[in-house]
Amino acid sequence: MVDTRKQWKAWLYLSPAIVLLLIFTVWPIFNTIRLSLMEGYNSTMAANPYVDYEFPFGLGNFTRVLEYPNFLTCLKNTVLLCVITVPISTLLALLIAVGLHSIKFLQKPLQTIFFMPYVTNSIAIGMVFAAMFNMVIGGSTRPDSVGIVNNILEALGFDYINWTNAGSSYGANLAVMVVYIVWNALPFKILVLLGGLQGINKQYYEAARVDGTKKSRVLWRITVPLLSPMLAYVIITGFIGGFKEYSSIVGIFGDTMGPAGNPYRMDTMVGFIYRAIGKQEGTASAAALILFGIIFVVTMINLAVSKKKTHY
Amino acid sequence: MAFKKKEATADLTDSSAVMKARNLQQTAARQRIAHICGKTMTYTFLLLMALIVIFPFYFMIISSLKTTEEYRRSVPTLFPMEFKFANYLNVFTDKDFQFWTLFRNTVFVGVVSTLLSLVITVFSAFAFARLEFKGKNALFAALLGTMMIPGELFTITNYQTVNDFGWMKSYTVLIVPFLVSVFYIYLLKQNFMQIPNELYLAAKVDGTSDLKYLWKVMIPLALPSLISITILKMMGAWNSYMWPRLVANDDAHKLITNGLRGAAFVDELGNTDYPRQMAAVTVVSLPLFLVFIFLRKYIMKGVSRSGIKG
Repeated sequence: MVDTRKQWKAWLYLSPAIVLLLIFTVWPIFNTIRLSLMEGYNSTMAANPYVDYEFPFGLGNFTRVLEYPNFLTCLKNTVLLCVITVPISTLLALLIAVGLHSIKFLQKPLQTIFFMPYVTNSIAIGMVFAAMFNMVIGGSTRPDSVGIVNNILEALGFDYINWTNAGSSYGANLAVMVVYIVWNALPFKILVLLGGLQGINKQYYEAARVDGTKKSRVLWRITVPLLSPMLAYVIITGFIGGFKEYSSIVGIFGDTMGPAGNPYRMDTMVGFIYRAIGKQEGTASAAALILFGIIFVVTMINLAVSKKKTHY
Repeated sequence: MAFKKKEATADLTDSSAVMKARNLQQTAARQRIAHICGKTMTYTFLLLMALIVIFPFYFMIISSLKTTEEYRRSVPTLFPMEFKFANYLNVFTDKDFQFWTLFRNTVFVGVVSTLLSLVITVFSAFAFARLEFKGKNALFAALLGTMMIPGELFTITNYQTVNDFGWMKSYTVLIVPFLVSVFYIYLLKQNFMQIPNELYLAAKVDGTSDLKYLWKVMIPLALPSLISITILKMMGAWNSYMWPRLVANDDAHKLITNGLRGAAFVDELGNTDYPRQMAAVTVVSLPLFLVFIFLRKYIMKGVSRSGIKG
């Protein structure tokens, strides 16, 4: 039987964590739901000591958010970035992990290099990517410097592209974001997949070798199925992270989240929520709950699919 | 079918044993060529990808050492013609960037929040791992459940809460709301559970107090996890951007990432002076490089279980 003195002790040890969690985690959950159901709630009006505002109860915040063009832009950007970057980064990470696993010479140094982007500041390195894609506009018709990425493109025989400067196209902006997000997402995925590969029994590969199975067939018929739990894991965490994309965009485009003359073009759902904080809490809460709903549904779908497709 | 096949093989052996040997040799040679081709392709792919991964770092460092004129050349140089170390000197003296203030703020917030967070995490993990109390499992499950919710959802209310507490533009607002991390509690609890319970019971029999046992036995044994938590927490302070921008973006409390993104680094004409900016980015990235070089294994230990940064 658990003696009461010990019970009391356990709660004492847990008390700092519980108090802080109650204030900064549990209360926000209830309050966000409450605010999202108070139509048009904003703290400035609510704090007005002279007027007692009544915010009608209802789903108005949700319907208003979904009709808001800015929010739809954010939703589109977020979904596009997710849908494009997660498959690309997962496939690249898989190929790199399989490649790394199959070699001996240079394996450790290469592994170290591939892990490097993980331990970085996404705003700081975003600024480096911005510089790589940026054109330095001079007086002439052609920019002084078209940026290192364009230099490489020109060396390969292509025309230079206006990636992030004023007047750049949405597609070009999106491409820059995709490159940066994939670059950023690779190390974690490689780490997890490589760990998974090292846990696969060598016997399967021996058997395939004896049978003279083709390399690509070994990859898709043995490695991928046996790696499926890890693949499911990196895809799910990739989607969750992707829906919360924000700081990588600030890193590239700055606080305006878009090229010069086109602010907030690359804005995301998290960006939308952040800008509504302290001003339009009702809308922000509704948007946050929608974001949570999307992440929840996508994760459930991923789990359901991976349960069907995951072997063993 | 099987019979027919046998006949065919018999035919082959009849025709000549020499031919068969040659066939085998050819197959072996073909396999060897395929193997070499495969290895070459693997290495080419890996080296190319490694080049892409490492290039931004290289670009950052060479650009930080170039003169503005050299950086703006239409045909770029892949190595600075002359090193302009003044770019780095500028990072530490720039009136707009205020490196030392930002550095001091960030280190202060990082150290204090790490220490407090470690204490809270150790006690909570100990309670979950070693003590028995009513509703333990339900409480732990509820804690893990909160990990699913995106942090932005909490931020809306937390902004109001810290405002009501009168914490705006202070160190408190940067430290207190994030002291408890369910993930750290989880990580440490798992680690504590691996320590045999007999040690605890033996210590109890000897009359050792919980605190002494925690300090003398559990903390030393769980040190790698505690180091992982320390590094992740410090990196969290160094890399945090959104929350500080909302609640403490004044000059006295600004953190390093906000300072870096906010500073202009422009020349007299108002154009961005990229070499100076890249020097600042390099300086801000340097501590992270050092962590990467010396403490990589601790981070890898933490991240492979979470998928989150900081």
